[in-house]
Amino acid sequence: MQRQDTAKDIYREALPVILISLIAGLFAGTVLGSETMRAGIAEVPGLLLLLPAFLATRGGVYGSLGARLSSGLHQGVIEPKFELTTPLSNAIAASFINGMVVSTFIAVVAFLILQLTGQAGSLLQLVGIMLIAGLLSAILMLSVLVTVIIVGYRRGLDPDNLIGPVVTTLGDVFGVVFLLVGIELMDVIL
Amino acid sequence: MAIGGEPVSQQFTAEWSIGRMVRTMVPLLATLSVLQMVSGSVLETFESTLVANPALLVLVPVQIGTAGNLASIMCSRVSTQLYLGTFELSPTNSVVRANTAAVFGLAGTVFGIVGVAAWAIGQALGGVLTLPEVLTISLVSGLLLAGLVVVLSLVSVQVAYRLGYNPDDTTIPVVTNLCDITGVLLLFGVVVVVV
Repeated sequence: MQRQDTAKDIYREALPVILISLIAGLFAGTVLGSETMRAGIAEVPGLLLLLPAFLATRGGVYGSLGARLSSGLHQGVIEPKFELTTPLSNAIAASFINGMVVSTFIAVVAFLILQLTGQAGSLLQLVGIMLIAGLLSAILMLSVLVTVIIVGYRRGLDPDNLIGPVVTTLGDVFGVVFLLVGIELMDVIL
Repeated sequence: MAIGGEPVSQQFTAEWSIGRMVRTMVPLLATLSVLQMVSGSVLETFESTLVANPALLVLVPVQIGTAGNLASIMCSRVSTQLYLGTFELSPTNSVVRANTAAVFGLAGTVFGIVGVAAWAIGQALGGVLTLPEVLTISLVSGLLLAGLVVVLSLVSVQVAYRLGYNPDDTTIPVVTNLCDITGVLLLFGVVVVVV
């Protein structure tokens, strides 16, 4: 399989999905600036501190899952079918573990930074928010990402061009929304 | 690709084990999360500027998202080409040239649109920044970011490959995170100059 795309090919193939994720980013920005979110930021010490790490981790976890699946498809290690055969199910399980472990870690680090800089903060609250947001993200990202890559590949699209936009689009919009869900739920629980 | 003898498939089995994927990724992601706290601190520092100028608040996720997007496309494509044997770290390599030109083209397009959109949303939310200000901030920081994406993607795929890591596992987290952090720094660097 020899592909030598020109810059124009890459641009054309990537632009539509990038524009969709751009709209999602603008939506996320608007959610971020909403009254509820700003109230959350004010109420939960450390939220702004862990926001970039939380958003980026999902990019790292699910972006690399996507790239791995794409290389697997190109190499023929993974078949473009909805069957949980070993390479595919392993990759999914590993991504889930990675996502949850790192989400918890982020909450702990943010808490430690707050402690070190003499700011108030609740470890339980931060860990709870990250676990809820991380779990909801994992369920959504894993199901959508695997579907999009397999369906895209079957239809002759290059999965490499789909991963980034899918991950950032869902990650941006739902990351901020799931963070809000986490804040609200922990508010009820605590 | 029906070729690939026994050693290759054994290598794949090891490469696709859960334990190995977790052991490779968790320390890396954990380290990068700690680095991300740099962006978090920057956001905290500029909190009052962000609240006063809603257009900038809108720019933040787009800036971070597009950085990750472009980096992910570039790394993913380059590492696939590496497996296919067509990539070489050289300014005359056709994979390098095509991907670099595409990333700059995409960045110019996206950050032009973003500048206008963020200005409009900012106006609706009661912001005071002018269109030229927001557009300049968006385009200048966006094109600087594109240059960074290109350099970091190419170098990191090459380095990962040389060190014997799977570039898919390693380059995307590293490059997207570095671009996120630098993206926020570039954004607020330009903001300080323009606003």
